[in-house]
Amino acid sequence: MAILGAINPILTVGWDGDAAWRLQDYVKRGGYKALARIFEDRISPDQLIGEIKKSGLRGRGGAGFPTGLKWSFMPKDFKDGKYIVCNTDEGEPGTFKDRDILRCNPHAVIEGMVIAAYAVGAARGYNYIHGEIWDMYKRFEEALDEARAAGFVGQDILGSGFDFELFAHHGYGAYICGEESALLESIEGKKGQPRFKPPFPASVGLYGKPTTINNTETFAAVPFVLNMGAEAYLEAGKPNNAGTKLFSVSGHVNRPGNYEIPLGTPFATLLEMAGGMRGGRKLKACIPGGSSAPVLPAEVIMDCTLDYDAISKAGSMLGSGAVIVMDETTCMVKALERLSYFYHEESCGQCTPCREGTGWLYGIVHRIEHGAGRPEDLDLLRGITANIMGRTVCALGDAASMPVQGFLKHFRDEFEYHVENGKCLVPPEVQRAGSTFFKATV
Amino acid sequence: MLTKESIQKIDREIAKYPAGQKQSAVMAALAIAQEELDWLPGEAIEFVANYLGMPPIAAYEVASFYNMYDLEPVGRHKLTVCTNLPCLLSGGVDAAGYLKSKLGIGFNETTPDGRFTLKEGECMGACGDAPVLLVNNRRMCGRMQPEEIDKLLEDLE
Repeated sequence: MAILGAINPILTVGWDGDAAWRLQDYVKRGGYKALARIFEDRISPDQLIGEIKKSGLRGRGGAGFPTGLKWSFMPKDFKDGKYIVCNTDEGEPGTFKDRDILRCNPHAVIEGMVIAAYAVGAARGYNYIHGEIWDMYKRFEEALDEARAAGFVGQDILGSGFDFELFAHHGYGAYICGEESALLESIEGKKGQPRFKPPFPASVGLYGKPTTINNTETFAAVPFVLNMGAEAYLEAGKPNNAGTKLFSVSGHVNRPGNYEIPLGTPFATLLEMAGGMRGGRKLKACIPGGSSAPVLPAEVIMDCTLDYDAISKAGSMLGSGAVIVMDETTCMVKALERLSYFYHEESCGQCTPCREGTGWLYGIVHRIEHGAGRPEDLDLLRGITANIMGRTVCALGDAASMPVQGFLKHFRDEFEYHVENGKCLVPPEVQRAGSTFFKATV
Repeated sequence: MLTKESIQKIDREIAKYPAGQKQSAVMAALAIAQEELDWLPGEAIEFVANYLGMPPIAAYEVASFYNMYDLEPVGRHKLTVCTNLPCLLSGGVDAAGYLKSKLGIGFNETTPDGRFTLKEGECMGACGDAPVLLVNNRRMCGRMQPEEIDKLLEDLE
């Protein structure tokens, strides 16, 4: 589907045509120039990390952690093999940008990873690719073959004396592997169960060695940051929210898909770019940063700009930039029921509060949705989330709890109606109209 | 247990990892075994474990943890339909319901002729193309409305 719209695009320029992903096309668009310049101008790893820090680039996987700072955590004097890992285990409901990055511009990811490897002194890297996107895994492997043949990956890259081997690792269906330490366990050939932190991966990562893990979009941005210069990249967004970002828009809009916009762009602008509300219906709510982010009601999100600070101030998270749009046909209890089922299914089972708690959350929301809710259930749900959050090894417990808190905070009346009347505030025929499955009803 | 071709594919995966880290290839090796055998019988998991020099139970842990491995026989075409929220908003649950009534089976069931198995999937990272379904773990199909589903079912012998 590629990119459906953009404002001042950086990452997605030239994403046209079936061959745009090929090495030849990428080079024509200025690809691998940033890497070549590093070696030609003898830019040191420290200078490079300084430039990325100055650009204000923040991790695009969800947490928004400053990329340059993350790179600087890697021990410089460690000589026994360090790793670079790319997280393309894109499974956060609503997020589908990394798939299109691999589809349309895999070489930007490769170039970004080679540059990162040089900056932190890593000799080997892996791109962990989501299990369900087999075609993209094959494409990335093909792009890697091209890059190796052209001398951008492998021994003595561009005659610099720098060696870096890069491989693709194919996942096989586990949301939790998007959590960086679970992802490392998975590459090591184990169940994807998160590790206790600290130590963080920069100290003890893949095979026990220092490891830097970044999201696909973060690596893809690196060559562009260096080509345009840190300051220009910083200015492409707004203070503390540098650059552009890919936003995946899904749900009740006319043109669901990926859009590249500067951070700080109003939500209303993105909604308009996505063709507005499907069937001209009214916006009810929006989950602005992937399913783990608290839902925001229409009146709140319509006043927001899309950047880390504004969304956080509104009580949610920018996360991965997955914007799930819901119109007035949506039953909020049913929406939460499906999300709670997901987290229960995907809990790795390691920590009791998450393993048991997510089952309770789903069970209670399920009974409310099915007309068997009890008046005390809403308080019970809140209590369970409070007992999960902060009491688990990884953030999945929090990710399961935040939607529950968000839905209850903003749409408590719908849950109460369900409990009192044993049925939904939004009549079934109205809900059915929201689905595009039956074309006749749209 | 596996063909020479499958073994070659597994060897290619092992070569991606540092010396002494053969276990890293277990996910790929199990996937390759499943591709050849259509599902993962216990002997296949044990074979992979032995080939990679890891305890069979460790390979079984992996096979049972990741949800794209089939530890029981499936039909010739495994259809995994995403019903997660973004897909639900655009007809994912309706698509699953349509498939259920058309095939006369529920989730985790196989048609009596062994042609289709239906599974409920979690987010496949393709929400913009909802409703989305996956055929045999490999082929992603998007915007699956009734006509598209009808056509797909006809095409899959």
